[in-house]
Amino acid sequence: MPPRKGRAWKFGDGISTDHIAPGRLFHLRSNLPELAKHVLEDARSDFAAQVKAGDFVVAGSNFGQGSSREHAPTIIKLAGVGAVLAKSFARIFFRNGINVGLPLIKCDTDGIAEGDELEVDLAAGQVRNLTRGTTIPFTPLPPVMRNILDEGGLVAHIKKHGGLEI
Amino acid sequence: MAKTMTEKILGEHAGRDVAPDDFIVAGVDWAYVQDGTGPLTVRQMAELGVERPARPDRCILFIDHASPSPRRELSNDHITLRRFAERTGCILSDVGEGVCHVLATENFISPGELAVGADSHSCTGGALGAFTTGMGSTDIAVAFAFAKTWLRVPQAWKVVVTGRFPRGVYAKDLMLHLIGTVGTEGANYKALEFTGETVAAMPMEDRLTMANIVVECGAKAGLFPSDEVTRGFLEARGRGHRYRPLAADPDAAYERTLSFDVSGLEPTLSCPHQPDNTKTVGEVAGVRVDQVLIGTCTNGRLSDFHIAAQVLRGRKVHPKVRLLLTPGSRQILREGIGDGTFAALVAAGATMTAPGCGACVGVHDGVLGDGEVCVSTQNRNFEGRMGNPKGLIYLASPAVAAATAIEGQIADPRKYL
Repeated sequence: MPPRKGRAWKFGDGISTDHIAPGRLFHLRSNLPELAKHVLEDARSDFAAQVKAGDFVVAGSNFGQGSSREHAPTIIKLAGVGAVLAKSFARIFFRNGINVGLPLIKCDTDGIAEGDELEVDLAAGQVRNLTRGTTIPFTPLPPVMRNILDEGGLVAHIKKHGGLEI
Repeated sequence: MAKTMTEKILGEHAGRDVAPDDFIVAGVDWAYVQDGTGPLTVRQMAELGVERPARPDRCILFIDHASPSPRRELSNDHITLRRFAERTGCILSDVGEGVCHVLATENFISPGELAVGADSHSCTGGALGAFTTGMGSTDIAVAFAFAKTWLRVPQAWKVVVTGRFPRGVYAKDLMLHLIGTVGTEGANYKALEFTGETVAAMPMEDRLTMANIVVECGAKAGLFPSDEVTRGFLEARGRGHRYRPLAADPDAAYERTLSFDVSGLEPTLSCPHQPDNTKTVGEVAGVRVDQVLIGTCTNGRLSDFHIAAQVLRGRKVHPKVRLLLTPGSRQILREGIGDGTFAALVAAGATMTAPGCGACVGVHDGVLGDGEVCVSTQNRNFEGRMGNPKGLIYLASPAVAAATAIEGQIADPRKYL
């Protein structure tokens, strides 16, 4: 995957799946493009309307805590977000993100400010902050997860291999 | 090599010895979805090009989250699930039957099994000495299709519980205290294995409450030994033949050991908006409350309603409080009708909803208004959880919830017991 460039949208700690895909919009779960118009609405009301393709969600710790609803990473991806960067991710969200082909990067996000221009290089394990001229390293995914992500998610992986091939 | 319960169960399902952090492909005994996650599983099955699950008699579709449906979009999702069950022979649990995790543990999951569910509280089955965990819709589509899943073997923590619960303090208080101690992501990716004299004597309903809520400190699973209590629970449900004893080897290696003596615990609440924002009842007593919910997959079992009735019998719900009761299953509803529990609670002023998830998911049956406060026996209190980001949710035991319903403010239940 070539490096991706985009703008940072900052979020705090403990962003839950209720912030990302709230229960009050439960009825839109079979209409994901419509649900995506409300992505992260309950954490930042300006995000869904203004996010541009390739932008990055940059958050604190335990991003995606809570429900197993895969709709959460799916609508972040549908909104055009290039990757989510966070200090840590909740387990189920992390697995779902990989399964739907949304890059998730665990790194120190303190040195990134709202609006910073970032370049994310998954292969090199680096986030380059173009606004500040800094580089933030991150540990690449374990091979099993990286393969699923590189192949475009779990469905694509299964179709390619005819089953689970880890 | 001495093994943890996690290593034993996952090893049996992978067909080889496993160690923490191994990536494995494991056979799945049960896979299930609910109406919030199942329609996407059905669509992903179609994406995979798989017509029929490998073992339809081991795949369950539960309609519990928006049940009965409050909106036509959700009614249509229910139709999707019913048609899929009809076409494939999967098991369907329709409106009124109850919450997936309550039913999965009452009727399906047995000791030593591996179950995966498209719901984060699928960890509940750990109470039966099984390895059960939550995943997303696509993972469950794969588990339906192939009766297999991939897993990273988690590091296990030993949680030793000793002492006697004081009057008015329950398994729920212990778990809220544990989550407050560990933090909402403190046990991320870990399997908690509960042991100790208090666990050995603990009824199954308390074990189910505890296993249900381990995900709120990030854990992948929460396991209890399978013992005589497990045997009794299975026998009472006509599943005695599914019993097998199971425990960790005495010298199994754990990444960490946590110890809790329950004899000094106080009734404990989680305050808005995080489960680890815990306080003792004395610290938050007096907070004005609009709604109280007793039920859900955490505390919607018969013993929970018995505790509520013990507090509320012969008393009245405060005129400014809406007390909602949501039984975990039809069986629990029938038993609570049969023994007079629900008659006493309704006489005190409670409102009953259909067995299922009720108000907990924020779809129906008690969505909070702006600025309203709810004390609930559910498992999480995130911003927006009960359908309104301007609502405030406190998590508590059924006893605290019932005492709060009487006083219209957060109250210590011990004066009523």
